[in-house]
Amino acid sequence: MSAVGHDINHEHDHGHEHHHKDTFITKYIFSIDHKMIAKQYLITGIVMGIIGIVMSLLFRMQIAWPEESFKIFNVLLGDKFAPGGVMRNDIYLALVTIHGTIMVFFVLTAGLSGTFSNLLIPLQIGARDMASGFMNMVSYWLFFLSSVIMIISLFVESGPASAGWTIYPPLSALPQAIPGSGTGMTLWLVSMAIFIASSLMGSLNYVVTVINLRTKGMSMTRLPLTIWAFFITAVIGIVSFPVLLSAALLLIFDRSFGTSFFLSDIFISGEVLHYQGGSPVLFEHLFWFLGHPEVYIVILPAMGITSEIIATNARKPIFGYRAMITSILAIAFLSTIVWGHHMFVSGMNPFLGSVFTFTTLLIAIPSAVKAFNYITTLWKGNLQLNPAMLFCIGFVSTFITGGLTGIILGDSTLDINVHDTYFVIAHFHLVMGISALYGMFAGIYHWFPKMFGRMMNKNLGYIHFWVTAVCAYGVFFPMHFIGMAGLPRRYYTNTAFPLFDDLADVNVLITMFALIGAAFQLVFLWNFFYSIFKGQRATQNPWRSNTLEWTTPVEHIHGNWPGEIPEVYRWSYDYSKPGHDEDFVPQNVPMKPGEEQLHH
Amino acid sequence: MTGLLILIVVVLLGVAIWQLTKIFDLTQVGRVADKSEIANEKDNNVNGYLMFGFLGFIYIFTIYSLLKWGHLVLGTPASEHGKDYDNLMMISMVLIFFVQTITQALLHYFAFKYRGQKDTKALYFADNDKLEFIWTIIPVIVLAGLILYGLYAWTNIMFVDEEEEVIYVELYAKQFSWEARYGGDDNALGKANVRFIEGINTVGVDMSDPNAQDDKIVNELHLPVGKKVVFKIRSQDVLHSAYMPHFRAQMNCVPGMVTQFAFTPTVTTDQMRQDPAIVEKVANINIIRAKKSAELVAKGETALDPYTFDYLLLCNKICGPSHYNMQMKIVVESEADYKKWLKEKPTLASAIKDANKAAAPAPAAASEAKAPAAAAPVADTTKVLAQVVKK
Repeated sequence: MSAVGHDINHEHDHGHEHHHKDTFITKYIFSIDHKMIAKQYLITGIVMGIIGIVMSLLFRMQIAWPEESFKIFNVLLGDKFAPGGVMRNDIYLALVTIHGTIMVFFVLTAGLSGTFSNLLIPLQIGARDMASGFMNMVSYWLFFLSSVIMIISLFVESGPASAGWTIYPPLSALPQAIPGSGTGMTLWLVSMAIFIASSLMGSLNYVVTVINLRTKGMSMTRLPLTIWAFFITAVIGIVSFPVLLSAALLLIFDRSFGTSFFLSDIFISGEVLHYQGGSPVLFEHLFWFLGHPEVYIVILPAMGITSEIIATNARKPIFGYRAMITSILAIAFLSTIVWGHHMFVSGMNPFLGSVFTFTTLLIAIPSAVKAFNYITTLWKGNLQLNPAMLFCIGFVSTFITGGLTGIILGDSTLDINVHDTYFVIAHFHLVMGISALYGMFAGIYHWFPKMFGRMMNKNLGYIHFWVTAVCAYGVFFPMHFIGMAGLPRRYYTNTAFPLFDDLADVNVLITMFALIGAAFQLVFLWNFFYSIFKGQRATQNPWRSNTLEWTTPVEHIHGNWPGEIPEVYRWSYDYSKPGHDEDFVPQNVPMKPGEEQLHH
Repeated sequence: MTGLLILIVVVLLGVAIWQLTKIFDLTQVGRVADKSEIANEKDNNVNGYLMFGFLGFIYIFTIYSLLKWGHLVLGTPASEHGKDYDNLMMISMVLIFFVQTITQALLHYFAFKYRGQKDTKALYFADNDKLEFIWTIIPVIVLAGLILYGLYAWTNIMFVDEEEEVIYVELYAKQFSWEARYGGDDNALGKANVRFIEGINTVGVDMSDPNAQDDKIVNELHLPVGKKVVFKIRSQDVLHSAYMPHFRAQMNCVPGMVTQFAFTPTVTTDQMRQDPAIVEKVANINIIRAKKSAELVAKGETALDPYTFDYLLLCNKICGPSHYNMQMKIVVESEADYKKWLKEKPTLASAIKDANKAAAPAPAAASEAKAPAAAAPVADTTKVLAQVVKK
């Protein structure tokens, strides 16, 4: 694979002898250029994100004003799913399920990692392209295909998958149990199987590229933290995604070929089914063996992006570079041995519960180190509060707020009573949903000039950030309280329990914040698409950054650098280094005679 | 039509915001010709102050939430281990609020204090081993404490000492209701499997098991106060979760497996209704319900019943369309009342006999229907795990 990369290097070193003409199709559609593929991932991710967020608004409206008739439900869901504008109860579950699936996998895995790993890995390590441009292209198109299948599943007659994004069998295996477990579930499984193939191709490419194609002088300890994060994310993906594939395949077997991997002793619709000897708990183990590392697949790229943007905009080296790498490695290792904390009350042996409590709370240590290091990086900095920087500070804020409640949920004892309540929703939306979205927004604002050669409007960026920040707290902070009041998640309405009547007001408030917050994402969308065509033209290095991507020309070219690939002489965080006139020293600037490396 | 209107409003809103920023841009024209999209000193100032303001927002919102919604949080625990649970929760919460307050303050204050100014240079401060050691070791110590306390409580809750006198109750989940089975006089539950489900034997008790003869199936859970109850939990179709929030108790119901959870109820339903927090909560809920009732009556619908407090068993694992309404009432009462209640319930064996008598006019049909079920060899593959018996 590295041979391909070297071929490209070779070709360009000899100064464009063969100019192959790009047609529209090879340039914009079946492109093998990592920069174009990154843009494709981003746009697809944004489109999927819009779908996922609109779904959340629909079910939030149902929770706030249960069983009321809304014209918009009828328009968007149709007569069958929302007869008379009243959302059907199984469609509520379908929306919850697809919202989760889309946001976790299609937006925050493919949209985030796919975009920024593709864009930044070759540019920041000094490579002409990915190790395998072709595989990269296939990876994107498989992702596109899986997105299309997921969207098609929304239109099948029996409804899309409705068993929750965790698709626990038997609910996901039996169409008798919920209509969405018919064709909708089949399409969900097919879509996810293709998605996993896409994700693995991407991840293998990232790993091989980072290991083999670093430019001269770019040792592992000079890599920007973005690359470290993307690299480790890819490794986690390679380790854990295949396990989900195996779970999906076994579930397909149970559903279609009558095997009993996950099913046993079932009586439904007046008859006993033939399944015997399987266990749903086995599925839970397989699912969460991916499911938990998945949250780090989502959060690590956002952390990498944050490290880079905070350092650049603070005009200050990231504090504790090596500690940051160590924490990423520790998080990656621990992430594969904590999945059981999703299963404390699943019927798993309680001894295992003790073990998983121990490993889970350990993960708080590297997380705390990262948070403290970010805060210390701000200390005595010269903060340039660009929109990207605001989102990074927001990231640290929601990561702390959401992460702290992990201490409660990771503790098997305390999990007993808040498991599967709104407390959990509050926790993971803040710590991985909102945080990772902030990371994604930060990345878009920061690298927009690199992607599109133009700048986004900063004032719209400020409006976008501040309203989003207030609304994100407004939506998820109150959820801690209704969760601790014992309100279970995934309830179509809470009116069946008079006990929860006093939570209705809180739910209305949450939905209001959600609607306002979502409306202001339109500001972002406008800014994004308008700026692609009409934004102010970008200079080569607008943020005065040290990393190599800003040494490439604004106009994209195949192979990234017109001449030689720059050589690297220093780490990427020499901001405000004493002895230099400028407050930044790009990585390709040789050390002055007698200049010392001031970090270790 | 409404949809279109909403769309138009949204688009207009977008345009309005765009215009606003244009105006905002124009107001800057007279000053420096800085049309750059990169933050300048003014942006740093404005956003620096906003960062400080946001810290205020977080604090005020937190305090507001605690005052406004603090009472919503579950109050007095109704089980023995509940006190330990609440204690651990309180310790964790205090810790979380402490760390949250400090770290958010530092983060936002630094963002405000060190907002970019012209002619200043950041401090080149790349690492400091001592600092990093401190904030690695502090979480280690704190978490070690939490882990130890947590594991101690977990062990107490999950490892049941079967030496002591306990009551066995089966919780049986199905789409979308609960049933409970008591062991009867012998306090032993008969074997069961979904393959035995037939007629009123809705939970699939194996009637050939001697222990099963005096089993009793009920739709309301009654528990004697102060006695340890060991729940054997089953499901007949999909995953459910037996969630009893007031007792700080939860365990999933897994088809093909018997899971287990045990606790000792300590507060009777009547006592809990006298609990000041509950009295207040019920009064508050009734005000809300009265308001809703008035609206309903105005629309010509029936009013809502006033609410009285009861313990509840809820389903807390997505189980199908009516997952939101899968509940069973729990009554905690004195042992005498409990025994009296249970005594009045018929045993499953007698209930089946009565049902068969009622169906006597068609004995042939009944025995025919029964025959295949009886003839089919039933392999009981049910696994028992989920809680360990202390030896």
